[in-house]
Amino acid sequence: MRQISYAQAGSEALVEELRRDPKTLVLSTDAAPALVEEFGDQRIRATPIAEGAVTGMAIGAAGSGYRPIVNWRIVTFSFVAMDQIVNQASKIHYMFGGQAKFPLVFRATVGGGGKLAAQHSQSPYSMFMNLAGLKIILPSTPYDMKGLMKSAIRDDNPVISFESSRLMGFKGDVPEEEYTLPIGKADVKREGSDITIVAIAWLVHEALAAAETLAKEGVSVEVVDPRSLFPLDAETIRTSVRKTGRLLIADEAGPTAGASAEIAALTAEDADTFACLKAPIKRVCALQVPVPYSPVLEDHVFPDRDKIAAGVRAVLG
Amino acid sequence: MQPIIIVRLRDKAEQAVHHIVGKSGHHLGNMRMQPSPNNQIEMLRQMQTIRRFEERASDDFHAGDIYGVVHCYIGEEAVAVGVCSALERDDRITSTHRGHGHCIAKGADLNRMMAELYGRETGYCKGKGGSMHIADFSIGMLGANGIVAGGIPIVTGAGLAAQLDGNGGVAVSFFGDGASNAGPFHESINIAAKWKLPMLYICENNLHSANTPASKTLALEDVAARAAGYGIPGVIVDGNDVMAVHDAATIAVARARAGEGPTLIECKTYRQSGHTERLEAYEHRTSEEIDLWKKKDPITQFANNLIQREGQLSEADWKQMDDEILQAIQASVDFAKASPFPKPESALDDIFAQ
Ligand SMILES: Cc1ncc(C[n+]2csc(CCOP(=O)(O)OP(=O)(O)O)c2C)c(N)n1
Repeated sequence: MRQISYAQAGSEALVEELRRDPKTLVLSTDAAPALVEEFGDQRIRATPIAEGAVTGMAIGAAGSGYRPIVNWRIVTFSFVAMDQIVNQASKIHYMFGGQAKFPLVFRATVGGGGKLAAQHSQSPYSMFMNLAGLKIILPSTPYDMKGLMKSAIRDDNPVISFESSRLMGFKGDVPEEEYTLPIGKADVKREGSDITIVAIAWLVHEALAAAETLAKEGVSVEVVDPRSLFPLDAETIRTSVRKTGRLLIADEAGPTAGASAEIAALTAEDADTFACLKAPIKRVCALQVPVPYSPVLEDHVFPDRDKIAAGVRAVLG
Repeated sequence: MQPIIIVRLRDKAEQAVHHIVGKSGHHLGNMRMQPSPNNQIEMLRQMQTIRRFEERASDDFHAGDIYGVVHCYIGEEAVAVGVCSALERDDRITSTHRGHGHCIAKGADLNRMMAELYGRETGYCKGKGGSMHIADFSIGMLGANGIVAGGIPIVTGAGLAAQLDGNGGVAVSFFGDGASNAGPFHESINIAAKWKLPMLYICENNLHSANTPASKTLALEDVAARAAGYGIPGVIVDGNDVMAVHDAATIAVARARAGEGPTLIECKTYRQSGHTERLEAYEHRTSEEIDLWKKKDPITQFANNLIQREGQLSEADWKQMDDEILQAIQASVDFAKASPFPKPESALDDIFAQ
């Protein structure tokens, strides 16, 4: 099958949906020249640096019949638009009694590894998971990226597409033909029987690498990728844990009130799954600090395949 | 209220005179100010130090010794130096993602700056910040910032503190044309105008923000015209003429110290380097435009002026000054390289004050 990168998969989904639906618009501080060329500067807009206003305008345009796709670029810049995200986008459909639809996509890269220091290395998805009213995708492969992005653009609700900055150049199989993937459905990336690792985005690949190492030690690891953080597919995770009896969660974000905490709670509060647990749940996350610049510090803060493998060994005792 | 333009011309006696003209061209008055020759030479030295520091930072970034991202200020040095030369050590500033120039002009230590870029324990932020996040609170440099317009409210707060202190301090906000479209700029400047805070808002209009020309995002041609909406003076100045910037800043500082409130100064300038030093960075500007502005290089112009017109400097002095600067930059790299990386566990330090 043809291979394309994670970044290309996102762009391809976007271009296909722009062709498919003339009501789609793109708003970003940087307009990609190729998109302007094909779709014109009415639909592909280079905006001033005014994320708050642009995010709010997207909400208004969505409520008035358009399908805006806002590219915040780095999640860092979305914080400038927090009022429009938190008070407006996430509540507008509910608060007004479901009168109008708000088909919106907000794109933002997340994650560290680039030595870009605290402001530009954030993984704050749990802040947005906490809101109710925003769907959230966070794919780990080009295939998932394309299928989920297309669903996000077609969805009649605000969807945040978080995209791992570490995976932009990562290549994988993507079919030529049209497909979509449902938002809210996890994917088992590797089957195993001794322990379940639920890993998010870049850490899916680190977990798969750790699983290879552990296989040589006779440990059979199952890797589950939630792919969407809201809705979160608790059933697929619980089913896996009921089979393996052990759970490790790997996340590039810090643990405090994180996606990892939510996954642990959803697993442990289900009586049938709880009854199958043979060991305490373990989390391998970033340290709970702003991400530092210097490579030695940054490497110390983030989880990786070795820390995951060590975590698995600890769970297995 | 139209913005005023300060044009630096020369009278018959070759004395620099600034003609203050309205946007429509009518003459509003003249002013004359001349910092001492020593100060001018010191200003040239600072500008060249910024230039050489960044050339080295760019080389060492490409060599892999400096990480992440580096934004160079090459071509805009006259703004930082022109403004900071009108300030006192205790006056406070905030900077942008393009912050090396502001740090050096405010008097930051080259060794600790370079060590920070190198990610070392001896850097200003102990390796936690890097190029985009240098601060030196001891000299009133309250920080570079990765968020466009992020520093504007912060330094406006420093202006509030200066007003409360009541001892004549001023606070200066440096920001780009792009930042002048962001809410924090408008919200801050309105408060500063209303409360008559001792502030300078210095817009470095380099005609582009990242890959977008300012002409596509500014509703008006001149950022200075926005001052009218807040009832404060808006001034346009040639941002490649360090003395013109210095004089405009001097007037605004005097106004601020006298309790008359903020001034918005728009410095028309140009970034000769790319938006960042990353290789993959895409360049939308034409090479003709870049070359045109290289001909108006602020350092070459100022040095030539001091050598040919003012006779304050000989070619040999200038060469010697540059050699000294290159030595100081090399010393800062040596210092950085000789410094240890921070201990990994120190990632957990400094989250809260003890
Ligand atoms: C709130 C925010 N949005 C977007 C960015 C990404 N970004 C970094 S620099 C830049 C351009 C800034 O332009 P300007 O303020 O004119 O400063 P210049 O780079 O020209 O010095 C952008 C869009 C950011 N850092 N912060």
